[in-house]
Amino acid sequence: MPDIFSLFQDQAEQFFKSGHTNNWAVLVCTSRFWFNYRHVANTLSVYRSVKRLGIPDSHIVLMLADDMACNPRNPKPATVFSHKNMELNVYGDDVEVDYRSYEVTVENFLRVLTGRIPPGTPRSKRLLSDDRSNILIYMTGHGGNGFLKFQDSEEITNVELADAFEQMWQKRRYNELLFIIDTCQGASMYERFYSPNIMALASSQVGEDSLSHQPDLGIGVHLMDRYTFYVLEFLEEIHPASQTNMNDLFQVCPKSLCVSTPGHRTDLFQRDPQNVLITDFFGSVRKVEITAETISLDPNLAAFESKPPKDELAAEPLKYAEQLPVAQIIHQKPKQKDWHPPGGFILGLWALIIMVFFKTYGIKHMKHIF
Amino acid sequence: MGQGWEPWGAYRAVMGLWGAYGAGPGAVGCLWGQDRSRGVHIGQGWELWGAYGAGLGTLGCLWGRARSRGVPMGQGREPWSAYGAGLGAVGCLWDRARSRGVHVGQGWEPWGAYRAVMGLRGAYGTGLGTLGCLWGRARSRGVHVGLGWEPWGAYGDGPGAVGRMWGQAGSCGVPWDTGAAWAGGGVGPQGGCGGAEPPLPVGNAPPAPQRPPPPLAAMGLLSDPYRRRALSRLVLRLNTPLCLLSYAAGLGWFLALAFPPVAPRTYMSENAMGSTMVEEQFVYGERALSYAREFAGHKKKAGGLPVAWLEKTMWNLGLEVYKQPFSRTLPFPDETRERYMVKGTNVYGILRAPRAASTESLVLSVPCSEGQHNNQAVGLMLALASYFRGQIYWAKDIIFLVNEHDLLGMEAWLEAYHDVNITEMQSSGMLGRAGAIQAAVSLELSSDVVTSFDVAVEGLNGQLPNLDLVNLFHAFCQKNGLLCTIQGKLQRSDWDTLPAYAHSLQTLLLMVLKQGSGRPQGDHGLFLRYHIEAITVRGINSFRQYKYDMSTVGKTLEGMFRKLNNLLERLHQSYFFYLLPSLSRFVSIGVYMPAFGFLILILVLKALDLWMKLSKCDASSAERLWDGDQAAVHGTAEESRPGLLTLVPPLLICHATGLTLYFLPVLGQHVATQHFPVSESEAVVLTVIAIYVAGLALPHNTHRVLTGSGSDRGWMTLKLLALLYLAMQLGCVALVNFSLGFLLAATMVPVAAAVQPTGPKYLYAVLLVLVTPAVTLLLGIFLYQELIEYPVSVLECWQLFLQAVAEGLLDHYLYGSIVFPFVAIFVYPCWLLLWNVLFWK
Repeated sequence: MPDIFSLFQDQAEQFFKSGHTNNWAVLVCTSRFWFNYRHVANTLSVYRSVKRLGIPDSHIVLMLADDMACNPRNPKPATVFSHKNMELNVYGDDVEVDYRSYEVTVENFLRVLTGRIPPGTPRSKRLLSDDRSNILIYMTGHGGNGFLKFQDSEEITNVELADAFEQMWQKRRYNELLFIIDTCQGASMYERFYSPNIMALASSQVGEDSLSHQPDLGIGVHLMDRYTFYVLEFLEEIHPASQTNMNDLFQVCPKSLCVSTPGHRTDLFQRDPQNVLITDFFGSVRKVEITAETISLDPNLAAFESKPPKDELAAEPLKYAEQLPVAQIIHQKPKQKDWHPPGGFILGLWALIIMVFFKTYGIKHMKHIF
Repeated sequence: MGQGWEPWGAYRAVMGLWGAYGAGPGAVGCLWGQDRSRGVHIGQGWELWGAYGAGLGTLGCLWGRARSRGVPMGQGREPWSAYGAGLGAVGCLWDRARSRGVHVGQGWEPWGAYRAVMGLRGAYGTGLGTLGCLWGRARSRGVHVGLGWEPWGAYGDGPGAVGRMWGQAGSCGVPWDTGAAWAGGGVGPQGGCGGAEPPLPVGNAPPAPQRPPPPLAAMGLLSDPYRRRALSRLVLRLNTPLCLLSYAAGLGWFLALAFPPVAPRTYMSENAMGSTMVEEQFVYGERALSYAREFAGHKKKAGGLPVAWLEKTMWNLGLEVYKQPFSRTLPFPDETRERYMVKGTNVYGILRAPRAASTESLVLSVPCSEGQHNNQAVGLMLALASYFRGQIYWAKDIIFLVNEHDLLGMEAWLEAYHDVNITEMQSSGMLGRAGAIQAAVSLELSSDVVTSFDVAVEGLNGQLPNLDLVNLFHAFCQKNGLLCTIQGKLQRSDWDTLPAYAHSLQTLLLMVLKQGSGRPQGDHGLFLRYHIEAITVRGINSFRQYKYDMSTVGKTLEGMFRKLNNLLERLHQSYFFYLLPSLSRFVSIGVYMPAFGFLILILVLKALDLWMKLSKCDASSAERLWDGDQAAVHGTAEESRPGLLTLVPPLLICHATGLTLYFLPVLGQHVATQHFPVSESEAVVLTVIAIYVAGLALPHNTHRVLTGSGSDRGWMTLKLLALLYLAMQLGCVALVNFSLGFLLAATMVPVAAAVQPTGPKYLYAVLLVLVTPAVTLLLGIFLYQELIEYPVSVLECWQLFLQAVAEGLLDHYLYGSIVFPFVAIFVYPCWLLLWNVLFWK
């Protein structure tokens, strides 16, 4: 039965199609201080989701700049809530914070990403990914156009971040990378990315503020930011076998809810977002499909696979050596200034110059010119 | 006006008032002008200041025959050029210039934009420049000013034009300006200047020296002898009008501060406190009242602060309780409060933050005064302490303090807490501490219910708490629907009517008077010295229908403490120097200081005037010497040059009088009581007044010492010295206490500038006496009583005056207020110098 056989073969091909074999997550909250409770809650809620979907603590690098659960101002000690009805304690029972308080610095963050870490560093503080890893990077804090503030003392710029990702790509530290940032003017942070296989999401466009959500009178602060709140709501519906794809994630927080305009960038990504499952990044589950048939994998399969799949991108997946046109992306023309002197100005200037000239030399000297 | 079709038009629609204001004077200008279509286009001005400038500009056209001057002015796209246009046009009062201001507003080149930043200079130059045209017949001089591509060009134009006061120059400003503008581009300034026709002296014009080409385009104003002479001529000739203008500008500026559009709304700057987002759960109003009754009973029984009961009660609430006995002997008896040798005890309890180190704390203080006053505040404090004890969210320790003898107790407690001894307070050391105090609230309540809250901000020496603390209080009052007032004045909801303006002006004046007095207006006032932000909150029970019970009051305080608890660092984000025309509007230091600056400018102008007159005397006498007529001139030169000896005696005597005024009253009180039938405090006050008045007789005494008195040079030098001295004093004190500086400046400066030994001497004498600091104090008291709607008769006012003198001295000796020493040692001698000037001959 060749038909059935080819069907199974297709399934098997599908089964092996996703290019990654392991998942990692780097979750960063960069703000200190009690009134930034919401940033810690943001990060912890993403932590909760990825952990629930199967990424183990050993594959999560969690960086929290402050400890809200134990802050003396917290009326409900040892909890961090994400909702004012107090039903979801994102602090949970089992939180493993890898980098905390003053360890959360730009340097440490970049070292984790690029793997340039002192030899004595424990495994829990390393990102031990390889070229088959899908990495989720989530960041939140206070940012501006082109930077994200770390603590109160330093900041990371979008160029630094883009270069770090490029270094990761060159060092074969990821297969695909999903970057999510919830901060003011978040879209400015992914503007400068130029390495392949990166998909990026941000809570707001350049020039926009990301807004907070869930003001809680009992705790006395805002509990979460709007964007992450709705992302969390969305992720709570996801289960390991969900077929929800990235396009659904893009729709998560429309402007009516978010007030800011969430943005995303997919031009560096090689696959169609529609074919990328949420669980490709948020989960770490291997597919299990039970079949009663015996599938003898065709030795020619490799050759078959090397042919470009018809529904996939026409382009060959990029090799490490061939980069995207970096120069083209970096050396973009600067934006034109908004304001131009009116045309009359140039004319007036010339008129003035001529006037001054004639006033100085007089009309009789015309012959010297012509 | 409705034709504005771009963003600025919309903006102006919001601030519509100003457009109308500008248009108003503009139209006024047309009354006598022979111009057409002037006011018309004003409406198209795209922004506020353009219209304003246009207004000023057209004012200048009152008698002019200008056409279309104001017209394009409305198109000025930047505020300052329009302003400059205004000034420029003012110069046209009698002139026959056409189209001068025209192009000013049209600057749209890059440098124009730069000039917008440095706008003042461009405008300044223009103003000066056209001022010079008062009698000239220049046309189109100012025209290119607007086209000047850099600020210095415009600036340079001013003095240049000044030189043309009587000249008849055609377009002389133009090439010069152009030259200046091009200098940066490599074209020599001489080229630009050489193109200009040399100014031709005409008719009765004085023989103006040939102007040398400016060596540098951005030449300093004073290093060019030609310009310097022009400037000096300007200062000499226009001195009195400039002084009058400056005084009017200073007072006008101050009066405008109460106008709501000038004062922006207050806003919370501190992120850590954020909003009023907190859930207050204090419901123990009844418990507060029962505490209050119990406290009142024990207080009556103990005949003072019931220390033992308070300690026991606080202990039972779970606080760490400490007491601090203190004693202080006053320099002389305080008759208004009837105290001399004071002994008292402060009791305080510390609520330790359950989950934080004791590194920071907040203070809730309640003064325990005589009689049945303030019992409810103690009750509420105890109820709050018991409620706070049950909460686990405290990150700072909270100190609950009951201080006896109000400010004295507070001073003793603060000194002991910070382990300093700056006054002669004797107290036991402090046992219990709770880290650095971040903020403090002093509470005064005398009734079971309140109808409104009054907040007092003015502290010792006019120091103010950070505006955020006031904002916090205001925010919580609004949240809980409590009425809150400042200076006892409720904010009016309307702001664009005259009564509303008068109301906010009254509030502002009250604040200025209180701040100027340098007295702490509540127990919070002493905290400020230690950089602890503090306010006093007074519960008022007047006859209003809506009353709030203790629970609401407690909730407000709970909310404030909850938010203060969230602080991460000291309050520092908001303003420390401000004036409050109402609780929701503030005037920051940058806005109110120019009012003072204008007043000080008078002194500087006058001093400059005197200086130039003096140096001119020098020059003329030197010239005469040069002529060879030495013998004849010798005597006058000798006479006109006063030696150092003629100036030192009045200076020394005046300052000695000041020092006597400072030291003698308190030192000599016992001698005085032995010889005169007066009490000690009366003796002190009367000695102060006696010495003060005795100073008036000084000129007659100094005359004997002076050898070369009577010369013009003598009094001019002395006055010059006195004016600069006064300017320096006032400038210094205004940095610390704006209100004190402004009040003294507003009264003393005009008379100080005017006084001289020639002219109506007795009028000057009366004026000078009227502006002496003592009379200012008297009038200030009178004004204050009028403003709080508790008018007093002259006799009562005199009584209050005597009281105020005594209290001023006590404030100085007890708490370290600087007002009395400042007046006695600095302002009064300076005033005496002026008195000497008046009676020089």
